[in-house]
Amino acid sequence: MARSTFVYVTYIRTTPEKLWSALTNDAEFMKQYWFGTHCESAWTPGSSWKMVHPNGNITDAGEIVEAEPPRRLVIRWQNQFKPELTAEGESLCTMEIESSGSAVKLSITHTIERESSKLIVAVSGGWPKIISNLKSLLETGSVALQEPYPTSV
Amino acid sequence: MAEHRDTDVLFKALADPSRRTLLDLLHAHDGRTLNELCEYLDMTRQGVTQHLDLLEAANLVGTVRRGREKLHFLNPVPLQEIYERWIAKFEKPRLKALSDLKRRLEKSNG
Repeated sequence: MARSTFVYVTYIRTTPEKLWSALTNDAEFMKQYWFGTHCESAWTPGSSWKMVHPNGNITDAGEIVEAEPPRRLVIRWQNQFKPELTAEGESLCTMEIESSGSAVKLSITHTIERESSKLIVAVSGGWPKIISNLKSLLETGSVALQEPYPTSV
Repeated sequence: MAEHRDTDVLFKALADPSRRTLLDLLHAHDGRTLNELCEYLDMTRQGVTQHLDLLEAANLVGTVRRGREKLHFLNPVPLQEIYERWIAKFEKPRLKALSDLKRRLEKSNG
């Protein structure tokens, strides 16, 4: 079947437990590297999941498919704020955490079962910035980018 | 020190035309197998494998196993870090200059 996939990998000098918490239940920490956005969920398989923009709107929603702290998280993910992206249906976002020497390897794979997906193009612009901010925040205590896009014009 | 090593490996990986061609190929179409990539390079299979290994060590390429196949993906995260380190800091002054210009021009309209 045709599908669109993006894979992002980073090595972060932290522990799997801290990284897991940064990606899931630590909403205040998440807001720091995700440009004010955070996620809400019970983080157990079958529980609902949603992403909340700083203005309170729900941008994406779905459910937790797999959750094995602190190793593997799979989220069924559907956009909620752009009709053409919502129409593409559900995507699958897999986050894998593994120890690698003194660092932790984070692999994020985002897949949708359709060719040339606009959702995947949309998230692919955001993921590198978010991951790079997350790495910087965990390693140095501060983020590299304050704003996702140059918005001050 | 570890950060210096990462940066060295990254720039060494970029400092080769065949490896940049591999990145261009993945940029055009992600998720390719070794066989698919070999078609585009006038090089032995072992040569392409070695280049891909170096790109993966530099974290410029991520791989996913699907059945017996290994699919290769361009991983832009280290390039984003280069951008943030040397380029992003110039963005704010440029944007400020633009918004100052806009304000001045609009004021002279009225």
